[in-house]
Amino acid sequence: MRSHSLRTIRILFSALVFICFFLVFADFRYLIPTKYINVLLYLQFIPSALKFYGLGTMAAGGFLIVLALTVLTGRTYCSFLCPLGIGQDIFSRIGGKFKKKFRRYGYRKPYTILRYSILGLTLIFTMTWGIYVVTLLDPYSIFGRFITYFIKPLVIWINNFLAGIFGKFDIYTLNNIHVKGFPLVVYSIPVAFFILVGLLSFTRGRLYCNTVCPVGTLLGLISKVSVFRIKFDESACTKCGRCAVRCKSSCIDFLRTDVDVSRCVDCFNCINICPEGALSYGLTGLKKKKHRTDESRRRMVVGSVLMLFGMSSVSKAQEKPVPVPKKPSTVKENKTSSVCPPGGISIEKFNKVCTACSLCITACPNGVLQPAFKEYGLTGMMQPVMNYHRSFCTYNCTICTEVCPTNALQPLLLEAKKLTQIGKTHFIKDNCIVKTEKTNCGACSEACPTKAVHMIPYEGNLVIPEVTEDLCIGCGHCEFACPTVPYKAIFVDGNPVHQVAKKPENEKSDVQTPTDFPF
Amino acid sequence: MKRRDFIKKSAGAGIVAGAALTMGGYDNLWASAPAANKYDLVAIMGGEPDAMFDLAIMELGGMGSFVKKGQKVLVKPNIGWDVIPELAANTNPLLVKRIIKHCFDAGAKEVYVFDHTCDNWVNCYRNSGIEKAAKSAGAKVVPANSEKYFQSIDIPGGVKLQKAKVHELLLDTDVLINVPVLKNHNSTRMTCCLKNNMGVVWDRGYWHSNNLNQCIADYALYERKPALNVIDAYNVMVQHGPQGVSKEDIVQMKSQILTTDWVAGDTAAAKLLGVDVEKIEYIPIAQKMGLGTMNLESLNIKKIKM
Repeated sequence: MRSHSLRTIRILFSALVFICFFLVFADFRYLIPTKYINVLLYLQFIPSALKFYGLGTMAAGGFLIVLALTVLTGRTYCSFLCPLGIGQDIFSRIGGKFKKKFRRYGYRKPYTILRYSILGLTLIFTMTWGIYVVTLLDPYSIFGRFITYFIKPLVIWINNFLAGIFGKFDIYTLNNIHVKGFPLVVYSIPVAFFILVGLLSFTRGRLYCNTVCPVGTLLGLISKVSVFRIKFDESACTKCGRCAVRCKSSCIDFLRTDVDVSRCVDCFNCINICPEGALSYGLTGLKKKKHRTDESRRRMVVGSVLMLFGMSSVSKAQEKPVPVPKKPSTVKENKTSSVCPPGGISIEKFNKVCTACSLCITACPNGVLQPAFKEYGLTGMMQPVMNYHRSFCTYNCTICTEVCPTNALQPLLLEAKKLTQIGKTHFIKDNCIVKTEKTNCGACSEACPTKAVHMIPYEGNLVIPEVTEDLCIGCGHCEFACPTVPYKAIFVDGNPVHQVAKKPENEKSDVQTPTDFPF
Repeated sequence: MKRRDFIKKSAGAGIVAGAALTMGGYDNLWASAPAANKYDLVAIMGGEPDAMFDLAIMELGGMGSFVKKGQKVLVKPNIGWDVIPELAANTNPLLVKRIIKHCFDAGAKEVYVFDHTCDNWVNCYRNSGIEKAAKSAGAKVVPANSEKYFQSIDIPGGVKLQKAKVHELLLDTDVLINVPVLKNHNSTRMTCCLKNNMGVVWDRGYWHSNNLNQCIADYALYERKPALNVIDAYNVMVQHGPQGVSKEDIVQMKSQILTTDWVAGDTAAAKLLGVDVEKIEYIPIAQKMGLGTMNLESLNIKKIKM
């Protein structure tokens, strides 16, 4: 196959994939149905592999397709399907426009020891310790965090700007959305990776993919036996070197007419640049050239990775100011456990499978899912946790459980979700307005969808909340609605293992349909 | 009987007679406009929400008594909860739609609908059926989900509530039509006309923590008062309000109350709900502040049974 259109196909296809991923993560109006999101995410390697590991069904077999694709075609995944890879191509392109020399990649030796060490350590860590290294290095999750943490707020800001202008003309098709930042510390890892990936791709093409990314390294290893690959026609090659200069993986050693398949991401740029048509993509020949596996002394990348683990923790969540009642509340909420989202089954199980891709965080229409700082311990940083000071889990919604690509949050039917008790609410009478101010409030009970929180007679005409724990599902609407500060008078304590709540039973009241006006 | 059924059956009985029945109301509407406000309160029972409104508004001289040609109207239903229409946590969408139609028929330039919801606003607007109903009648359904839409106002004379942030459209429109749904309420015992105002303001937490009942009455002092209150008591949530749990909470009363006096409206509604009006503290407070009367005997009330 000597097709010059391969590159065009690659660019068009990857642009489409990128736009889809971008829209899914930046969809601040929640317009994209989850079934389409699931289709898009099906082939993402690590989420699919994790889901497969948990479920063992072909419904989660996307990564097997990727493996087969790699055996057949090489690392096409990295150029066609990986959103982070495509994003880096965009960066490289800008880098090339910005400064001509960045496009002059040229052949470089691989950081063989480094890349296989990262792959090996990732595997070892994941099998013996936990998901955490995968969380850091899964390219899909890194991409998801980039969009959720940096780009989506920007998109909303533009939306708000336009909504403001439209509003002046009485048009309300766009609506203003309050942008809430995350706790500052959780930005540290995405920022560090943004600098690392951004800088490397800006100046050195796919160096990140060929050095740090464990998926890239693994697929590179498999590519060594791939059926289709980039080939040299040695008789046609004039050794002009244009291909090597154009190769963003720096993997074409034109002097020896050799392509390092483990690093080649099948971008097909070299085919188009070759004036002699000496490069083509096709069935591999029998001729094999041995690679010299030189050790690299470069420590820059190692340094960058190590830097991530030594980050300081300094900051506070920015929360919406709440009105101040006359007397501040005095009793501190005694939370023994954080609240993990519905479908997580248990915090322990959830923490093991979530790669903190942030898809649930960005998909939650109520914004109650927030990246954790220390709620799950340092290793669970960035995994989603319910934050009831910010919002509450809306009763008629299962979106987070539907979109999760790793099955860390298992899909729940609405009826099941409505009985999934992720925590239990606790009432602190001494903080309650009804007791401290001797006035009616009832904000908590009003908000409660199951009437686990209900009002009972108190002094005089006053009524005060009471909790039926069995009925509570831990949605946090009561905690969110409670107006006391600094401490809430009602709060949800997480269930480390999710339980089943009692279905609210209801009896008809004795109020009758009137036959005449009572006045 | 649904309106559609009604028309079908009328057709069977005789198209001319049927047309006269359904269309007659609108002709009268124009003809009888000068006789406005003969009644302080119109209560109607036994029909569908839209048909009841057609008759009741006629008794008040038609919508033309409240909405003048070229005016901008704000229709403020209760859309507080992510609940389907049958469970009556929100105002009946059929009623909202019919009110909007009457506004346009009376020459309204623009009709707006919004509520500052308690649940997720997109879901509330959609699942209440109100967004669709209001849009189909030509109204603009406007977001109230962000503080950006709210502007500070003063409430001179407020005991606990002297300042509030209200939706910009309350300030930009000429006429306010308050369309609460009558419901039991867990702490104030009833929500209706006066309490429906909580969906116009941004900072409800302040009300809850600073004597809710007093704040509800205080807000009613604010100069932008409704020209008309339409109380939806078709399906009435008699327990577990204001959100409700299931259909067991609902009693079908097929009633509606139209009034310009919201204290009187709330008083009548309390009787319908079977709650001692003195226990709904904000109502006596509001009366004491001169915002209306609880003495229904003193009012000229029209009662209609369909």
